[in-house]
Amino acid sequence: MKITLDADKCCAAGQCVLVAPEVFDQRDEDGIVVLLDAEPPAGQHDAVREAAAICPAAVIEVHE
Amino acid sequence: MTIPTAPAPAPLPVQPPTGCPFDPPAAFDALRTEQPISKISLPDGSWAWLATRYHDIRAILGDTRFSSDTTLHGYPLSGMTGGGNTQNRGFIRRDPPEHTRLRRMVTREFMVKRVEALRPEIQRITDELCDAMERDGGPVDLVEALALPVPSLVISLLLGVPYDDHEVFQRLTGTLLSRTVADEEREAARIELRDYLDRLVTAKEAAPGDDILGRLITEQQQTGEITHDEVAAFAALLLIAGHETTANMIGLSALTLMRDPESAERLRRDPGLIRGAVEELLRFHSIIRNGPRRVATTDIEIDGHLIRAGEGVVAAVPSANRDEAVFPDADRLDITRPNAQHHVAFGYGIHQCLGQALARVELQVVLATLLRRFPAMRPAVPVDEIPFRTDMAIYGCHALPVTW
Ligand code: HEM
Ligand code: SF4
Repeated sequence: MKITLDADKCCAAGQCVLVAPEVFDQRDEDGIVVLLDAEPPAGQHDAVREAAAICPAAVIEVHE
Repeated sequence: MTIPTAPAPAPLPVQPPTGCPFDPPAAFDALRTEQPISKISLPDGSWAWLATRYHDIRAILGDTRFSSDTTLHGYPLSGMTGGGNTQNRGFIRRDPPEHTRLRRMVTREFMVKRVEALRPEIQRITDELCDAMERDGGPVDLVEALALPVPSLVISLLLGVPYDDHEVFQRLTGTLLSRTVADEEREAARIELRDYLDRLVTAKEAAPGDDILGRLITEQQQTGEITHDEVAAFAALLLIAGHETTANMIGLSALTLMRDPESAERLRRDPGLIRGAVEELLRFHSIIRNGPRRVATTDIEIDGHLIRAGEGVVAAVPSANRDEAVFPDADRLDITRPNAQHHVAFGYGIHQCLGQALARVELQVVLATLLRRFPAMRPAVPVDEIPFRTDMAIYGCHALPVTW
């Protein structure tokens, strides 16, 4: 799995951080998403898919 | 032969089914299956589209060609509370790029880790209010004793309202949201609060503190990005958007758990379930009852319906959150529902609730504390005597007498 972000669209609501805190974080200055792990291990895949599904701004793209 | 004319649209459904104060208006169920994009009439004789399916509502709220600008012709305002005041309307009623620019000035304040760091303070505020309830003994009105003060105290902490002013601040915000005060008194409180926030910003300009207003002043106002009035408008927006909403979710959720001893017991045994339970309660109650609302800025097709530029849309989140296509057995409260967090109770798209992380922590702390400290809490009146807010844009209980 590979993750890419379109962070310009991020509205910093933090849903991704709630469901996959090991993969996503928020920048201190403005809460915009940052990727902690662009190729997370299998154990994280479900959480990442969930984050992509609930992200309100279609920021997270998952390539499998 | 005459061509049958379509029946005149009915108004937005607001009344819950008889005897089920926790369910959204029954009319939504039929609309979702038979007429997912329908028309509603507004009191001034105009009309708007009503979307009731989950996927359509995500499509609308996720599409910035649907505008949040209340000053645009066609935005559904008639008969809806909120949005009438077009001056200083705050970023909630604007579109990109203005919306993005303004929202990003405060997003850092509400990010997950910042809010998590506040958890002990939110717990302290909750504990102090619970101590007072214990001291005074029941019955009390839970709305007045806990549901309203928690978000008011939390936001005053974030904004940097000085401790000595908390009482005034709480009195004013309480009056503003009370249904039992006269209109003149409420209007007077609105003006007093506006003047108070104005003075607060002036005081902060002289001595900016380590709080939202202080940071807006040093980082955005002093660099010329925003004005004094805009800082005050930020304060008003954060207060208004976060107070009544959170308070009503606290009241409704507490009542729901009092009436569902099995879920309450599971939560007491396994406090880790509270996060998921709060998501499910948000889905189940969907307290925003007249929107979010938008106006199309160009012709857009949704689910086979052409919505023309200048036509208004009401996205019925209470209906989306009961859509069986997404939430099986949607009318059942299931505190371990696997996809509860897919709810759109906080909206969807770029306007999705800025304060959602904060609202979640407030709800988690308050509900867990009530379950732990008041395991025998119950309504002090029969449920059909509890005044539900069927008359308000934000659903909940006007008052919730409880005892323990
Ligand atoms: C359970 C409690 C809450 C609920 C159900 C709720 C619901 C919502 C919804 C549905 C929206 C989207 C409006 C739209 O799309 O037009 C929204 C936006 C907003 N909420 Fe909340 N909210 C809650 C708590 C809070 C809190 C605690 C705060 C902050 C202190 C807050 C601040 C805001 C702000 C500033 C916006 C505007 C965001 C924007 O337009 O970009 N809310 N809220
Ligand atoms: S869920 Fe989406 S919009 Fe929200 S912080 Fe994560 S990437 Fe940004």
